Amino acid sequence: MNINATLLGQAITFAILIWFTMKFVWPPLLQAMEERAKTIADGLAAAERGKHDLELAAKRSAEIIHQAKEKAGEIIASGEKRASEIIEEAKANAKAEGDRILAGAKAEIDQEVFRAKEHLRTQVSAVALAGAGKILGREIDAKAHNDLLDKLVAEI
Amino acid sequence: MSTEGLSTTEYIQHHLTNLHAGEGFWSLHLDTLFVSLIIGLIVFGTMWLATRKATAGVPGGLQNFVEMVVGMVDAQVKDTFHGKSSLIAPLALTIFVWIFAMNAMDVIPVDLLPLVASWAGISHLKIVPSTDLNATFAMSISVFILIYFYSFKVKGFVGFSKEILFAPFGKFPLLIPVNVLFRIVEDIAKPISLALRLFGNMYAGEMVFILIALLPWYLQWMLGAPWAIFHLLIITLQAFVFMMLTIVYLSMAHESH
Repeated sequence: MNINATLLGQAITFAILIWFTMKFVWPPLLQAMEERAKTIADGLAAAERGKHDLELAAKRSAEIIHQAKEKAGEIIASGEKRASEIIEEAKANAKAEGDRILAGAKAEIDQEVFRAKEHLRTQVSAVALAGAGKILGREIDAKAHNDLLDKLVAEI
Repeated sequence: MSTEGLSTTEYIQHHLTNLHAGEGFWSLHLDTLFVSLIIGLIVFGTMWLATRKATAGVPGGLQNFVEMVVGMVDAQVKDTFHGKSSLIAPLALTIFVWIFAMNAMDVIPVDLLPLVASWAGISHLKIVPSTDLNATFAMSISVFILIYFYSFKVKGFVGFSKEILFAPFGKFPLLIPVNVLFRIVEDIAKPISLALRLFGNMYAGEMVFILIALLPWYLQWMLGAPWAIFHLLIITLQAFVFMMLTIVYLSMAHESH
């Protein structure tokens, strides 16, 4: 159990090992470890950022969908309104056209009736005249009673 | 007992004797020197190999293992030592790994390597360098020298002198001798306690293994296996304690009171 020069030899070995570790073992390993730690930290940060972006995008897309739905609703509503307007307009137009056609037809009928009456009237006067002529025979002069007959025709 | 024709006492003493050359102070424990050197070459060579292929990408098995050790040491150093030094962390790693490797020689069966050595004509072989006081004191005294080196370097001659004279009790003139006395005791205790703690633990462990080896062969496992398993804890713990105390002492050298 004696202390001797072995101590010096051990101390030299120890010093060499410390020097070796300091020079060749510690720095490259620690550098590699730090680089890896940085890479991992960067990766985690990127993932976090990606997640955040995804959330934002989801929110934005939901907003856009919401807006689109609102707009679509508006368009449908205005379309329906326009459609009913067009229908109303068409109905009004049709009614007016119908009225117009009806009025025209009525006027034509009236005219026709009037013409028929006119025609009938002249026919009636002729028939009356013929009848009167047959009844009265020769005594009645067509020329002398023309005024009277015309008055009669006008009265019918 | 593999060595035939020896009494129990002779057997134990044979196992506790270093292979030495020379007489008096200038003699060398060849086994301690060579075993610790070979262990150092193997272990630090392996670590060096790991750094050769070290990448910042996915580490392989060896790199992973070495990085685990390095990371552990780095965390301990960062927790305890707040200054800036390119020496302390590698020093702590060297201490931990080297002491661990030297201690780990203890779990090799006590008779195995001496038997192999005896075939080669080597009469004595103590294979656990940390059971040699020279090995433990070599490290603790180196650490002690570093403590003083950094004390002077960081605080300067004046600052360090002040610390010796005035800490821990204050500047009162009558207290200066007490302060100095305390300091001397404290500083002598540091390397001695460091060296003796490691030596004592490992020597005692080795001793128990030798005693277990004296039992009949069919009984040895009953005590040998539990002791070896328990010793694994001591091996690691002593390496860790030596490293931690070194870090603490050196950080004390860097910080003023």
